[in-house]
Amino acid sequence: MTECKVNGPARLRVENATLRYDERIISQDLSVAIPDGSFTVIVGPNASGKSTLLRAMARVLAPSAGAVVLDGKALAQYQGKQLARTLGLLPQASIAPDGITVADLVARGRYPHQSLFRQWSCADEEAVEAALATTGTAGLSGRPVDELSGGQRQRVWVAMVLAQQTPILLLDEPTTFLDIAHQIELLDLCQDLNAKGRTVVAVLHDLNHACRYATHIIAMKDGTVVAEGAPKDVVTEKMVENVFGLPCLIIPDPVSDTPLIVPRGRG
Amino acid sequence: MRLDLRSFAVSAILLLLIAVVGAVSLSSGKFSIPPADVLRALLGGGDENIRMVVTEWRLPRLLLACLLGSALGLSGAIFQSLTRNPLGSPDIIGFSAGSYTGALMVILLFSGGYYQTAGGALAGGIVTATCVYLLAYRRGVQGFRLIVIGIGMSAMLGAFNAWMIRQADLPIAMSAAIWGGGSLNGLSFEQVLPVLAMLVFITPILAALSRPLRQLELGDDAATTSGVNATRLRLLLMILGVALTALATAAAGPISFISLAAPQIARRITRTAGVALIPSALMGALLLAVADWVAQHAFGVQLPVGVMTVSIGGFYFLWLLIREARR
Ligand SMILES: Nc1ncnc2c1ncn2[C@@H]1O[C@H](COP(=O)(O)OP(=O)(O)O)[C@@H](O)[C@H]1O
Ligand SMILES: [Mg+2]
Repeated sequence: MTECKVNGPARLRVENATLRYDERIISQDLSVAIPDGSFTVIVGPNASGKSTLLRAMARVLAPSAGAVVLDGKALAQYQGKQLARTLGLLPQASIAPDGITVADLVARGRYPHQSLFRQWSCADEEAVEAALATTGTAGLSGRPVDELSGGQRQRVWVAMVLAQQTPILLLDEPTTFLDIAHQIELLDLCQDLNAKGRTVVAVLHDLNHACRYATHIIAMKDGTVVAEGAPKDVVTEKMVENVFGLPCLIIPDPVSDTPLIVPRGRG
Repeated sequence: MRLDLRSFAVSAILLLLIAVVGAVSLSSGKFSIPPADVLRALLGGGDENIRMVVTEWRLPRLLLACLLGSALGLSGAIFQSLTRNPLGSPDIIGFSAGSYTGALMVILLFSGGYYQTAGGALAGGIVTATCVYLLAYRRGVQGFRLIVIGIGMSAMLGAFNAWMIRQADLPIAMSAAIWGGGSLNGLSFEQVLPVLAMLVFITPILAALSRPLRQLELGDDAATTSGVNATRLRLLLMILGVALTALATAAAGPISFISLAAPQIARRITRTAGVALIPSALMGALLLAVADWVAQHAFGVQLPVGVMTVSIGGFYFLWLLIREARR
């Protein structure tokens, strides 16, 4: 049994899970806990199993051994929509149906709140408007998604997950395709959501962003968790060298006083 | 989903057009009957002979054209949505060829009648669909694999069907070929009722699944996290789609193009994203009703409607391929 260094309660936990695609095992005996109310950031090199872990936590991928547990109950035991009202996932790749407009796509995030007999309601309308407004996509609402830029499209997908209004958000590389200003804007948005009580789990590539925004970092390598905890404790020169194979210098971030990674490169 | 006014309006217009085509086909034929008399006959009045021509000869055929057309339109909409590809329609991915194989076996080996042949077509379609599904299965079924395997299957079955017809004695081969043309000739109320019953059974299930189907269009990951069981839903939808195609094939023989084109045309007119089930069904009904009218009256001889749809379908298919290739 691997050790979970988490103080305080955690609604969402991965317990000794084996995650695999057919014969190919990505993670074995993996245990992770997401502290309640945290802004958890998962970092690690490409193909280290970050997306796989996130997909398992969203029940897109069922563990072949062990379990993912929410509120003491295995995800497999939840009814689909019930889980979808608690957990929302921004997948690494999504498909927008041909010709769909921004407003329609975001509205599909409301699916778990609807049923055959309770279709479109005021609450749905409000949730969609709020999601469009917070992601700065309200002005795009009538435009077809396939005519947007990559960054605009990414924000629309984020809006769809926000419209789902789940207390736990799982975001797989939410900042891809975004320019630097929109990256920071999106991370600020996540921080706001987190401050309002939502638990946010995001896979991020930029270690400096991770250090600045995360309250909890999980560093992965080859499908295992090599370090987890507060950024200050976790992100060390040794860890970065070990996980990413990148020699670097760590100085305090002049803005936020969090660790700032400066790669040594060949310089 | 929010009420879509445009889809609503388009559906209303399609219904109106179907009514117009219906009125035209009920009044035209060997004896041309004025619309007023048609209406009187439908309401159970008027001349007895006219009533017989309208309600017992022409009406069942029109009803079947509409019912089978909407079954094909729905089936096409389901498969195009599942495969996320305008080519992913049941006639392209082998189900029609499979139904034909089943029907041929019954005709050639057991010289079966209408109902046995229909049963054979049903079985053939379902067996083929199962094979395509299993061959395409790899941790769930992906659209593109399904299409490629379906097209391969369709080609193999086509060759097999041709071989079977060549092996048969001439009169049997003739009747097999006629069945293979896809025709509504000689159908009566006796054939309308089972089709209607099946549609009444399938339609509410499909209506309940239409919203999850829309979620599925977002990709499996997004659909699953919004609370849809993607694998189960896909299997269920495939069963319904196969049943709808098999139903049409069993009743009238293979009629291509409707399930390929109806959902696409409906989508373009309604400008909805993804599937539009009701407009697809109505468009299918309209297309088949028009095609059947043309096949009956436009050339002086009665052609099987399947021949009609195949020839229009050829052009549509070419246009679609050119468009897809340019993307
Ligand atoms: N659908 C899949 N089928 C098979 N292997 C996969 C699939 N998705 C990911 N993998 C493999 O799993 C490993 C981990 O992938 P992933 O979790 O996406 O990594 P990360 O998100 O950290 O870059 C990679 O080696 C990748 O090739
Ligand atoms: Mg990834």
